Amino acid sequence: MVGYILKRLLQVIPVFIGATLLIYFLVFAMPGDPIAALFGDKQPSKQLHDALVAQYHLDQPFIVQYWYYLTGIFRGDMGTTFSGRSVNDVLAATLPVTGRLAVMAIGIEFTLAIIIGTFSALRKGKIFDNTMLVISLVFISLPIFVIAFLAQYFLAVKLQWFSPTVGATNDWGDMWLPAIVLGLSLYAVSMRLMRGSVIDTLNQDWVRTAYSKGLPRRRVIPVHVLRNSLIPVITNSATNFGVLLVGATVTEGIFNIPGVGNTLFQAIRQHEGSTVVSFVTVFVIIYVLVNLVVDMLYGLLDPRIRYVR
Amino acid sequence: MSGDTSATHYVAPIKDGTIAVDVVKIAEKPSNLWRDAWADMRRRPMFWISMVIVLVVLLMALWPTLFTQTPPNSNCQLSDSNGGPAAGHPLGFTFQGCDIYARTVWGARTSVSVGLIATIIGSVIGLIMGALAGFYGGWLDGLLSRVGDIFFSIPYILAAVVVMSVFAQFRNVFTLAFAIGGFAWASTARVVRAEVLRVRQADFVMASRALGKSRFGTLIAHVIPNAIAPLLVVTTLSLAAAIVAEATLSFLGVGLGSDTMSWGNDISQAQQSLRVAPMALIYPSIALTITVLAFIMLGELVRDALDPRARARR
Repeated sequence: MVGYILKRLLQVIPVFIGATLLIYFLVFAMPGDPIAALFGDKQPSKQLHDALVAQYHLDQPFIVQYWYYLTGIFRGDMGTTFSGRSVNDVLAATLPVTGRLAVMAIGIEFTLAIIIGTFSALRKGKIFDNTMLVISLVFISLPIFVIAFLAQYFLAVKLQWFSPTVGATNDWGDMWLPAIVLGLSLYAVSMRLMRGSVIDTLNQDWVRTAYSKGLPRRRVIPVHVLRNSLIPVITNSATNFGVLLVGATVTEGIFNIPGVGNTLFQAIRQHEGSTVVSFVTVFVIIYVLVNLVVDMLYGLLDPRIRYVR
Repeated sequence: MSGDTSATHYVAPIKDGTIAVDVVKIAEKPSNLWRDAWADMRRRPMFWISMVIVLVVLLMALWPTLFTQTPPNSNCQLSDSNGGPAAGHPLGFTFQGCDIYARTVWGARTSVSVGLIATIIGSVIGLIMGALAGFYGGWLDGLLSRVGDIFFSIPYILAAVVVMSVFAQFRNVFTLAFAIGGFAWASTARVVRAEVLRVRQADFVMASRALGKSRFGTLIAHVIPNAIAPLLVVTTLSLAAAIVAEATLSFLGVGLGSDTMSWGNDISQAQQSLRVAPMALIYPSIALTITVLAFIMLGELVRDALDPRARARR
């Protein structure tokens, strides 16, 4: 297991460097003089301009600039936003909010996916199954901002079950509507995976063995079938984490939740290029780390994975 | 069970008549994967429904005037702002007083063109990277797969957000398509690589090499054509994803400029008057969702048709 963890860690390093390099290269290729942009309409003096160029290492070659940036990340310095606030401060204030939203959304996604997916698989080809498959197709096709607006209009404005926006108070209880929206946008893919996985597991020898031992259905399904069907759903949720991050950006923007996603959303809307880049980098780092953690969990869940290659 | 000493045997009655014998139909054309898939697909109503939707959307994108004579962005009367359906304007008006139906029809062009170009870019890069990595193996595979991992580790909508923010001055259909397709190819490459690895083992590849064809020639002439089936599935599904990506980027404000008609832009603009005029948001959303749905259904039907195992699981 230690070897497996070390190997995965080593694999992450080139991915991490490559991904940040790629984003950094895009910024480097950005047309225009970044120092002039800092001053807006005013013209900085030659001395001030040169001093700033030196301060931000803009006179250095690309790879040296990248090195400063990368070591900055490892020192925990993610840069500053357009308005001069440190990205770290913004993250400290906003990450817990996004964390709450993500946990609630994933909770809703998994609950729905596991229950509906399992019942669909057990009733394969029946009316319930077909209905759920059609519904899941619709949810896969609905872009998240459409789900968000429809939910906002019908559930919050028309029926008034929820408050249409979240705002400054954003405790667990206030986030139901956005969490449902985000959870629903993710649930369809997981539900279909769960359904397929349960169908595959039901055909396995050990399930037949369990039945022929005389075990009742209520024991075979949860213990022998569900546990073994969960692995693809869990691994997929790691790759799906990118969808979650984009979804959180859109959801937080629409429901005005003061999380990381909303910061990115506002920066995009206000065309604050440098802030956009900082927060996309944050998201990429989170994404890489989550995938690493899920891979390790996966190795823990399924011993076979550790010994392959 | 315990007290029983005798057992009863049930034997199925034997039917009189001829016993069916497998017949080899020599006169018929030999079957292959594509013929089987086509025979399977054309029997399914879903296939025809999605084909009709795709054709209608394509027609809308190519010749919007076939569907509406109302100009979508000139002639808008502010007195019609957020107005309900009127004669000649079946879906009502937007906040700016433009005809919703006309705008929805004209919006198809952006979605389809960006979606198609982005998908072509993504599929071509994915095919090249995946085929080279899978076929040649060794250090080339290691290198290309690591590059793929890097692109895979950046959610492609976020990458496109960065690209479009950075190149804000050069927003057009091609940069947008490049921003999406240039980062979405990694999953395609993985699928192609896996399939090429499988096909590479086939006897006909060895035969082609034994007959003196070069490695690259074998790859082009025999391996890729036999590895194309999963690529077709991924391509159809990524077309749906690219259309969603375009709409999402437009909605975020980093798609094409707000003067370009697109479903994403229209939805984004309609949100400001969502409470009083929800229809301006709902109709472009329906158009977007139905288009995406059609491509996803098509992709899944093709996948099922090309994969005998999936066909059996239905």
